[in-house]
Amino acid sequence: MAPALLKSTTASAAIPTVHGGGNGFHGGGSFPGGGGGGEFPRRLPAHTYRLGMWLGLIPIVMLFVAFTSAGVVRSGLSTDWAGFTLPRVLWLNTMLLLASSATLELSRRSLTAGLGRMFAGWLYTTAALGLAFVGGQLMAWRELIARGVYLATNPSSSFFYLLTAAHGVHLLGGIAALLYMLFRARVMVAEPARRTALEVTAIYRHFMDGLWIYIFLLLVRWS
Amino acid sequence: MAETSAAVAHTSAARKSFIRRYVFSTDHKVIGIQYYFLALFSVLVGVVLSVLMRIHLVWPGTEIPLLGKILPQGAPGGVISPEYYLSLLTIHGTLMVFFVLTVAGQSGFGNFILPLQIGAEDMAFPRLNMLSFWLTFAGLIALLAPFFVGDGPPISGWTAYPPLSAIGKAAGAGQDLWVVSIALFCVASMLGALNFITTVLDLRTRGLSLMRLPLTVWAWFITAVLALLSFAVLLAAGVLLLLDRVGGTSFFVPGGLIVGGQILDFHGGSPLLWQHLFWFFGHPEVYIVILPVMGIISHVVATFSRKPIFGYRPMVYALLAIGFLGFCVWGHHMFVSGMSPYSGFAFGVLTMAIAVPSSIKTFNWLGTLWGGKLRFTTAMLFALAFVSVFVTGGLSGIFLGQPPLDAYLHDTYFVVAHFHMIMGVAAIFGIFVGTYFWFPKMFGRMLNPTLGAIHFWLTFLGVYAIFIPMHFVGLAGTPRRYAFFSAFDFMAPLAGLERFISIAAFVTAAAQLFFLANLFWSLFWGPRASENPWQATSLEWTLPSPPPPDNFGARHPVVRHGPYELSVPGAAKDYIMQDSTEEVRVGS
Repeated sequence: MAPALLKSTTASAAIPTVHGGGNGFHGGGSFPGGGGGGEFPRRLPAHTYRLGMWLGLIPIVMLFVAFTSAGVVRSGLSTDWAGFTLPRVLWLNTMLLLASSATLELSRRSLTAGLGRMFAGWLYTTAALGLAFVGGQLMAWRELIARGVYLATNPSSSFFYLLTAAHGVHLLGGIAALLYMLFRARVMVAEPARRTALEVTAIYRHFMDGLWIYIFLLLVRWS
Repeated sequence: MAETSAAVAHTSAARKSFIRRYVFSTDHKVIGIQYYFLALFSVLVGVVLSVLMRIHLVWPGTEIPLLGKILPQGAPGGVISPEYYLSLLTIHGTLMVFFVLTVAGQSGFGNFILPLQIGAEDMAFPRLNMLSFWLTFAGLIALLAPFFVGDGPPISGWTAYPPLSAIGKAAGAGQDLWVVSIALFCVASMLGALNFITTVLDLRTRGLSLMRLPLTVWAWFITAVLALLSFAVLLAAGVLLLLDRVGGTSFFVPGGLIVGGQILDFHGGSPLLWQHLFWFFGHPEVYIVILPVMGIISHVVATFSRKPIFGYRPMVYALLAIGFLGFCVWGHHMFVSGMSPYSGFAFGVLTMAIAVPSSIKTFNWLGTLWGGKLRFTTAMLFALAFVSVFVTGGLSGIFLGQPPLDAYLHDTYFVVAHFHMIMGVAAIFGIFVGTYFWFPKMFGRMLNPTLGAIHFWLTFLGVYAIFIPMHFVGLAGTPRRYAFFSAFDFMAPLAGLERFISIAAFVTAAAQLFFLANLFWSLFWGPRASENPWQATSLEWTLPSPPPPDNFGARHPVVRHGPYELSVPGAAKDYIMQDSTEEVRVGS
């Protein structure tokens, strides 16, 4: 890590370099309005945005670690922890989410290859699968409510709703980013430098998938 | 080339509206100043709250003029009720810990100075930076709103222990807004932290290796790592608390509680769970408060001793050690919670271990001062005073870190004295150091040194007058979070000392008017500052005061020297700027 850091100091910093084909942002960062986010928002190297995203995942991990430890403590504390059968739609939802990761990868590779329509098509599919997942989660909630299992019914149900809601909220944020990129799809195909946005969203989505697997296994364990 | 870009920079800056330049700005300098003034506003409110508290403690039942008009609900007729006293102390603590101490040192000075010190144009993610500020601002509104709407602010302290904070009725609707405020603050801090870390790792200018970073940057960097890891746990705890309050869950509340003659519908939760979650965040939080300030002190002590910092590498390792150990000691806030004595022993030993890197830093500051050509600017006065109050505050921590001693001292004013010395005094002094040192760079004008000296001496003597006696009233058994003491015979002999503390507090609070007068007067009418009035070495001092919007613009600095090349034998002057092309035969 250390040698790479030193190398990057010579290359990046205030001199934004562009990887994989230029788009006009050359020179010693002498374009105007840099400090104020002016007319030409400055582009940093792609690895900076990726680093930012990886760092952003750390607090999300810590959030779910905290929820997990709260659950572990609460389940061991008193005798009122009662498991319940998980709605079967959760299995389908898991498949949908994993599929959306695959389609996102297809989308990303299409973009890198310059295949604009395939990129947009797979991106639509990814967003749709993500929304289908969220819809499926809501269906799971409805099934539980119909069974009389509410947030406060039992500590195990409290954690079920808590974890699925927290995951869902974060996932929706990622879906919003996807939809924004669809909105700007033409720009993304045209300017390679803007593809970083998709790479970074992909990291986030794959992480959400992995997080869901973890949460699902935890819920299975607790049920 | 440079002139053209500067001209274009001017044009594009001129075209931006006032709102885009000074309100919704993505410029780290503007954001840093916004954070600073948010912290300044918060500290003024916090000090007013503490003055009200000290009045109430010694003269309960006093009618305070104007208070009845501003807070008619909580202080009808200007008299603070005992329950409202608890509200005052809750908001005082929350404001001071979060919106003053965490904001000023890290978000305030960090945002303004860090990109400058590493030769960058801005933070890595300027729009995220702006979002962080406005989320913090929203959090402040949410925190203060309960004074004016609903049932008033919460009464459960800044630590919000359940069951009181979780049961809804007694703690009032203000607790919900408190959780919302803290949640907003958590998200803002986490976003800010990832911005800081990315910026330090990726945006350093050419030649600026990690071991050439000013200690301020190291401190902001490590603090950001602590924040990234710990704030999420507080957010999780807050979500669970909110669910207990409004969702009917029982994460923190056990069954069988009877409040107001009615049994509450909770079962099986644990208040201890809250304590673990809260303090797992809460202890790193105090290092988030003190680390940036330690960085500032190192920087300023070196600059005004005209000597390199004594032991640069150990200073870095000490910061890292304090940061790491800070995650291992949360249990020392819970010694009396019924934990196993073995756990207590482990937490106690680890707590004392933090004294080692802290002492290394203290001795290194002294080593830097030793033999230096000291320049007693106001910043230096406060920096020297910091070393004094840091030691004082730290020493009482060693007492509290022993479980058997803490069994007696927990929840007494000894604890209050400890954390006020180390946070309310030492950390605030560090913020004063930062203010007096960087004011010229931030605002392009000099603060008045005479007013600074008056401010310093009154404050330095004042804080000792307030808090040294507080250790004694704590040792004598005075409990925390009590609205008044007149009901307890054993505390009657302490009344005189309490009165002394209150009066010292009023005088010290009044002394801050010298600072405020200096600050606001100098903002508009202070003498103009040159590029480097302190003859310091780090990169921010190579820029005009204040720096242009794009910082270094076309002139990307190349760093060739370490951060504290002061009094280098054979050099032309007694300092070498980090980007200087001067070559000196290394004598040391």
